[in-house]
Amino acid sequence: MSSELRYTATTQTEHLHARYTGTGHADVTKYEWLTHQHRDTCATIIGQPTLASYLAIADGESIGRIKFEMTERMLQPCGPPPAKDDD
Amino acid sequence: MEEESLANRITAPKEILDEFAEMAEEENVDPFAETKLKNQIAHRESDYQKRRHLINREVGVSSDPFNQGEGEEGESGYQLAMRLNHLEREEQRVKRLIEQKQQADEDEDKMKLDGDKTPPATARAPASEEMEVEPAVPKKKRRWDIAEPKDDTKKADSGEWSEQALEEAAAPKKRRSRWDATPADVAATGDAPKKSRWDQAPTAGPVSIITTTPISFTGTMAVPGAPFILTGNVDVDKHNRYLTDDELDAVLPSTGYVIVTPPEGYVSAQPARRLAASTLTPMQTGFHMQEDSDAAAAAAAAGLAPELPTEIPGVGSLAFFKQEDATYFSKILKEEDESELSVDELKERKIMRLLLKIKNGTPPVRKTALRQITDKAREFGAGPLFDKILPLLMERTLEDQERHLLVKVIDRVLYKLDDLVRPYVHKILVVIEPLLIDEDYYARVEGREIISNLSKAAGLAHMISTMRPDIDHVDEYVRNTTARAFSVVASALGIPSLLPFLKAVCRSKKSWQARHTGIRIVQQIAIMMGCAVLPHLRNLVDCIAHGLQDEQQKVRTMTALGLAALAEAAAPYGIESFDNVLKPLWIGIRQHRGKALAAFLKAIGFIIPLMDPEYASYYTKEVTVILIREFQSSDEEMKKIVLKVVKQCAATEGVTPQYIKEDILPEFFKAFWVRRMALDRRNYKQVVETTVELAQKAGVSEIVGRIVNDLKDESEPYRKMVMETITKVVASLGASDIDERLEVRLIDGIIYSFQEQTTEDQVMLDGFGTVVNAFGIRVKPYLTQIVSTILWRLNNKSAKVRQQAADLTSRLAVVIKQCGEDQLLSKLGVVLFEQLGEEYPDTLGSIIAAEGAIANVVGMTQMQPPVKDLLPRMTPILRNRHEKVQEASINLIGRIADRGAEYVPAREWMRICFELLDLLRAHKKGIRRAAVNSFGYIAKSLGPQDVLSVLLTNLRVQERQSRVCSAVAIAIVAETCGPFTCIPAILSEYRTAELNVRTGCLKALSFVFEYVGPQSAFYVDSVVTLLEDALTDRDLVHRQTASTIVKHIALGVAGLGCEDSMMHLLNLVWPNCFETSPHVIGAVMDAVEAMRVTLGPGVLLNYTLQGLFHPARKVREVYWRVYNALYLGAAHSLVPFYPDLSELSDDRNVYDRHPLQMFI
Repeated sequence: MSSELRYTATTQTEHLHARYTGTGHADVTKYEWLTHQHRDTCATIIGQPTLASYLAIADGESIGRIKFEMTERMLQPCGPPPAKDDD
Repeated sequence: MEEESLANRITAPKEILDEFAEMAEEENVDPFAETKLKNQIAHRESDYQKRRHLINREVGVSSDPFNQGEGEEGESGYQLAMRLNHLEREEQRVKRLIEQKQQADEDEDKMKLDGDKTPPATARAPASEEMEVEPAVPKKKRRWDIAEPKDDTKKADSGEWSEQALEEAAAPKKRRSRWDATPADVAATGDAPKKSRWDQAPTAGPVSIITTTPISFTGTMAVPGAPFILTGNVDVDKHNRYLTDDELDAVLPSTGYVIVTPPEGYVSAQPARRLAASTLTPMQTGFHMQEDSDAAAAAAAAGLAPELPTEIPGVGSLAFFKQEDATYFSKILKEEDESELSVDELKERKIMRLLLKIKNGTPPVRKTALRQITDKAREFGAGPLFDKILPLLMERTLEDQERHLLVKVIDRVLYKLDDLVRPYVHKILVVIEPLLIDEDYYARVEGREIISNLSKAAGLAHMISTMRPDIDHVDEYVRNTTARAFSVVASALGIPSLLPFLKAVCRSKKSWQARHTGIRIVQQIAIMMGCAVLPHLRNLVDCIAHGLQDEQQKVRTMTALGLAALAEAAAPYGIESFDNVLKPLWIGIRQHRGKALAAFLKAIGFIIPLMDPEYASYYTKEVTVILIREFQSSDEEMKKIVLKVVKQCAATEGVTPQYIKEDILPEFFKAFWVRRMALDRRNYKQVVETTVELAQKAGVSEIVGRIVNDLKDESEPYRKMVMETITKVVASLGASDIDERLEVRLIDGIIYSFQEQTTEDQVMLDGFGTVVNAFGIRVKPYLTQIVSTILWRLNNKSAKVRQQAADLTSRLAVVIKQCGEDQLLSKLGVVLFEQLGEEYPDTLGSIIAAEGAIANVVGMTQMQPPVKDLLPRMTPILRNRHEKVQEASINLIGRIADRGAEYVPAREWMRICFELLDLLRAHKKGIRRAAVNSFGYIAKSLGPQDVLSVLLTNLRVQERQSRVCSAVAIAIVAETCGPFTCIPAILSEYRTAELNVRTGCLKALSFVFEYVGPQSAFYVDSVVTLLEDALTDRDLVHRQTASTIVKHIALGVAGLGCEDSMMHLLNLVWPNCFETSPHVIGAVMDAVEAMRVTLGPGVLLNYTLQGLFHPARKVREVYWRVYNALYLGAAHSLVPFYPDLSELSDDRNVYDRHPLQMFI
């Protein structure tokens, strides 16, 4: 195959993917990956009324409170990032 | 004696004969010289563009105003530049005066001379010498002639290059014929005595030189005493470079003549650039290798090309090396001891090597060199870089590719240098500005790019102070390019920042040139930036508005043009900005004549469409008087503008049909609907366009009624113009407005002009078709006449006429059917059928297309000739290789197969199937597609077995395109006849031990599953074993195609309960995710994504989790790619599938997903 194609065909989609939040790459740390998972979880709960009301009942809170808490949680859902000294 | 003179009279002039004789004995004619020249930019430049070589901008203005030092921000430098500019202008003026005086003197001399042939004593020496040498050493005459004028020119300086002289020189530059060159020059200069022997000396020069060297001699000849004859630009080629004194000594006898000192006050006309270039090299004449050996000198003298180096030390091999390059790169051509050189010298050589690599190297060499020069730009510094680059760009023998590369270098370097570039801004501009008026679009874009980057790097203040002196430069060329450059600066740095400066320039009291240029800048800004001028429209208009009352006519004209450009750019908004100029414009059209009036009218034409309806109506009425007066103008330019303005006025809302009908149309038709207008292509177009625009207001019958009689005019071009107008009017407005009387006249006229045409033209054909189709069933009474015309022309002797008749048939078929004239159609069909033996392919194609059109409207059952006769007749025609014939026949056959297959015996269809296979090789996609579709139709009517076996056998052929098309055809057959008819056959064919066949089968399957979609669910289990085999094959292409099949199946069966087999297939596809070949990996990734749809993201996530944090980066990369695709496709659905990683939590971070751990 031509070298032209090798550089464009796959790298282009990769570039495209990299533009979205939540996508990863070979050097992602477990903290980053898990943070994204947590945020996605929160977003899913906020975005799906049935899930939100389920949690509201389980927690004994109002749906609005649950949604608010989930939104708040999205900021550092797993706590502060680990110290950078390892690399 | 009598006879001889008679004979002389009928032969060619002596010079021509001589030249042919010389050409005949020419041994070293370079047959590529012509093409080589064509590549050069200078060669295709217009006279105007060539002026860049002639204007010496380096001397005065162009000297860097910041030379004194960066600290004192321009003030003194700018003053200096202005002063120099002024000085130069003064100098030019004085020179021109002197020249005029000299010319007047010469004229007097000429009077005296005419009587006797003896030149005046002062001028005699060189001439008499020439006469001595000429008879004695005829062979050397030429060389001597080369030498003499060149020696003179060498000492010349640019002072002689007054504008006037340049204009005189401009005309002869273009000429190609050599023998009449000099006489033409003399005629052009107009003041040289033709008869004088003295004046023939320069004549002999160029002629003989040119005959030895095919490359046109372009040196400037300045012979003392005679007005100099400019034969073009200085071309420093090996054939016409200056001979050195040494060379002359070697060539000429040492006795028998004296070297004459040039007369006092004589200066040669050598341009400064040449001097600048020669300072690069120690040798005055540039590169020559013959120094050391006499033989080489002799060879060089004989015009033989010296060996050109292809290997340069420190550079390596180059793609090419030109003689001229040697001048610039002489320093790196020879080996030197680098330890002796200073740092600066080393740097210089490094730059030269990189530039040479970029300019002449092969692409990879060029690439690395370009990167190096960019990276080290700041290290090298602006000075050394531009000192090397800019002279190269001014080289006359520069070619497009070289210029492109050098411009690229500048562009890259600019980025890096940033403000370091300041001192060189003017020098760069001098070189880059000519690009802005290049005929090549990309060159213009490149030029803009550079200037825009330059202005960003140098800053507005510096750009203005650098370019300010050029704004009122004496030469129009400089002002023009400067204006364009300024507009680029405006677009780069924003109009508002430049506005104060523009205001000042446009009001300049010092010189009208400055005002003119300022207004031109505004015009260029409008042209370049389009609607982006809108926010600043008022300011720009106010900036130039006063120019309409300027005392200089040129300024007024330019102002009007600028307003026109602004209005055009702003359309349809911004009329309020033009309030101030309306009055002067409308007053202006009453005061001006000629060019200025044309410009004013142009501006008005562009402003009127912006106005509100009632104003537009008022102002149109105001201008119409003038327009109608100018209808009579004999000036072509004026005519065009008038037509355009009429068109623009007619298109505006406020102008009523009544007004157009009563006030404009009578005069308009009187002035423009005359035969003469049809003769010039551009006028013709303008008139047609304007008339069509008028028709939009005035109505069809008004316009058609006026010109319909001219369809019978005796002039054919005029008839064509009428026809084209009627076509366009009727096509846009329909024919319902046309009453019966007009209808009769129109049809009559159309038939007449169609019959009377001598050159078969698309216009007549289109016109006929459009008008008849617009009339619809109203045309019924005339059909008999029309069809008999067609029938008559179908039997015409000329193939073109027959073709046109056939084309007309295909256009009229629908209408004839509408009118219920089926028997006419049958008649046409039969006649066309008889014509199928036509030998001209274009005509044959049209005939088949016409037959197809008839078959379309009549239907297969009623078709005459019957389909069963027609189709066998088509079979041999399918073999015709002509594209048009192929396309027409395949369309006809496909149509028959689709609608009337049952009328034709199966055997005939099989025969056609075999012929269709050949059509799969056609170049045109439309033909291949039609052929493939025809297979589907045929299979539908015959049953798939036979067609399928033909297609499967065709998978064995060598040619890829044919195999691919067969595979597609198989898929189409499967789609039309049901997959169960084909899949078993494909499966058994796959067992063939032939690679092509197996790949073909896979491809066919892939198309089959793509086309049948959800039906795939029934066939998944039957193809799984085949896919198992293909996905575990060693051959990459097998796995790739199999992955594609998996993708199509997976997408087809999503939600249909085939998860078990799909999971099995995923397991087979998955290991291929480490493939590197782009097509394979693409197909595999697609298959995996399709699996996400079928199996759900959870399954896929489990697969990817295995490798997301794999120790090997290669594995991680691939798995993350899959993960990302998965994530983007189904982020929400992944949430419940993420693994519980709470055990990773530490005192700092908690990884539990608590909300998901709750339950009721």
